[in-house]
Amino acid sequence: MAGHGTFQPKNPILKWLERRLPVLSLMHDSFVVYPVPRNLNYWWTFGGILSFMLAVQIVTGVVLAMHYTPTSSGAFDSVEHIMRDVNYGWLLRYIHANGASLFFLAAYIHIFRGLYYGSYKEPREVLWILGVIIFVLMMATAFMGYVLPWGQMSFWAATVITNLFSAIPGFGRAITQWLWGGYAVDQPTLQRFFSLHYLLPFMIAGVVVLHLWALHHVGQGNPLGIDVKSDRDTVPFTPYATAKDNFALICFVILLAWFVFYIPNFLGIPPDNYIPANPLQTPPHIVPEWYFLPFYAILRAIPNKLLGVVALFGSILVLFFLPWLDTSKVRSARFRPLYRQFFWVFVAVCIGLDYLGSKPAEGGYVIVARVLTAYYFLYFLVILPALGYLETPRPLPASISEPVLPEKSAAAVAMGARAPERKG
Amino acid sequence: MATTKAAEQPTRRDFLYIATSVVGAVGAAAAAWPLINQMNPDASVLALSSTEVDLSPIVEGQILTVKWRGKPVFISHRTKKEIDEARAVKLSDLPDPQPDEARVKKDKEQWLVVIGICTHLGCVPLGHEGDYAGWFCPCHGSQYDTSGRIRKGPAPANLEVPPYEFASDTMIRIG
Repeated sequence: MAGHGTFQPKNPILKWLERRLPVLSLMHDSFVVYPVPRNLNYWWTFGGILSFMLAVQIVTGVVLAMHYTPTSSGAFDSVEHIMRDVNYGWLLRYIHANGASLFFLAAYIHIFRGLYYGSYKEPREVLWILGVIIFVLMMATAFMGYVLPWGQMSFWAATVITNLFSAIPGFGRAITQWLWGGYAVDQPTLQRFFSLHYLLPFMIAGVVVLHLWALHHVGQGNPLGIDVKSDRDTVPFTPYATAKDNFALICFVILLAWFVFYIPNFLGIPPDNYIPANPLQTPPHIVPEWYFLPFYAILRAIPNKLLGVVALFGSILVLFFLPWLDTSKVRSARFRPLYRQFFWVFVAVCIGLDYLGSKPAEGGYVIVARVLTAYYFLYFLVILPALGYLETPRPLPASISEPVLPEKSAAAVAMGARAPERKG
Repeated sequence: MATTKAAEQPTRRDFLYIATSVVGAVGAAAAAWPLINQMNPDASVLALSSTEVDLSPIVEGQILTVKWRGKPVFISHRTKKEIDEARAVKLSDLPDPQPDEARVKKDKEQWLVVIGICTHLGCVPLGHEGDYAGWFCPCHGSQYDTSGRIRKGPAPANLEVPPYEFASDTMIRIG
């Protein structure tokens, strides 16, 4: 992280601070002069978007907690109180609920970006694993947050998901009762979920710091998937990356605003969740949020309870091993003609599983879900390991700058630090 | 003091390191246990563990749902046909083999008492539904017969029979 800049504050107070805690130069080195590959495209702007969304969720969540009551008798009413009585409560809640959905949208784009461009390969394995940890924490946080309004979907989502642990042989019942604090989902469950829902975002923030540390230590990947070889291959973070990140962020926030102001219940809140929780009646169709549906489809595709749960957790755990499952040394899919085709099939499979997760578990839906589930696992466990041996990658360019900077001006550009490319 | 020769393995210092680490680990585990155990069902939850139900208003063919330990319990007043169907099944056809006789009290076979929680992932099944006219779970499609035994679908086990006894001919105590 350190070592790029030679930041010297002029202001005497800042100088005093810098000598005692070099936080200003750390920020300057990390977000101003930090060299980023000059060929980053818009798929690289989602890291910034995700950081912003985490901040939005924490800020809106902290203020919502000022009005929310985590009791089985008061939770549902307090959410309606937020919607009707609290000043701008409707806005804060809709931003929080839709923000969670779009947080996942951005995370999935970020993850698929990593898959396409091989962002998990040496030396970025730890960076990738930290990202998967953040993803798992996000899922836990989103699930517990979904339980808090204590509507029918909240209650039954909590019941179904905690019951996944009842599949564990021998200890299943003891573990579920420990999670519930009783014999079923009830007041103790709600209250501990509230406590953890408040805690986990800060743990995510902590892992994000490690994620960024690892990122700035090994340097960013780029669409060509080749290493930065000289200063000619990079541009300074500010203004280049900050401007690009901010433009993408504004577009993303417009999308969020569209959901919040025009279709606030479309993504996140099904009608059943406006019915208070009733432990004696299950709604006819329990469907999780769209961002959990692929995993839900995998769970339901397998007719055996234990194996279904193993497949569900396995579909996430396999991501941890991805850096070692992909045996190809070439990072970017641009130079991997076969991998690129399997990748797009994989994207289609994930979208297909997402669709199937929302459909009833019967007839043709189950059969298709089984085929797609099989591909999901084959992709990671067979196709990726085999492709590294079978595929002939296309030749890689010599450097990031070679295709875009004229060779003649190499010296001039190198000396002129990072001036914009000359025309012609 | 002993002379300074090459230390024998294990040395006193190795022993101190190991002993200190073990004491530290035991202490950390002991400190963690209250933090973990506080999440288990507490005394007030355990205190609510028994419920009495009057059976006299339940007519034949009706299923009553009562709440016990925060969970639904189905009390089915079975018809002759339902009992016969449950008893006609070969045990080898059942995923979780159990005779109907073992799931009801002797001479009270018209009364089936089961916990109304699908053994798959905990949804509440719907009564008098499904291919076996017992229960059908809307969540993932498990089907139970008139004895509450799993017949089809992802659930691994029969609907659980809670501990209960007849206090009188028309009164049961669950728990």
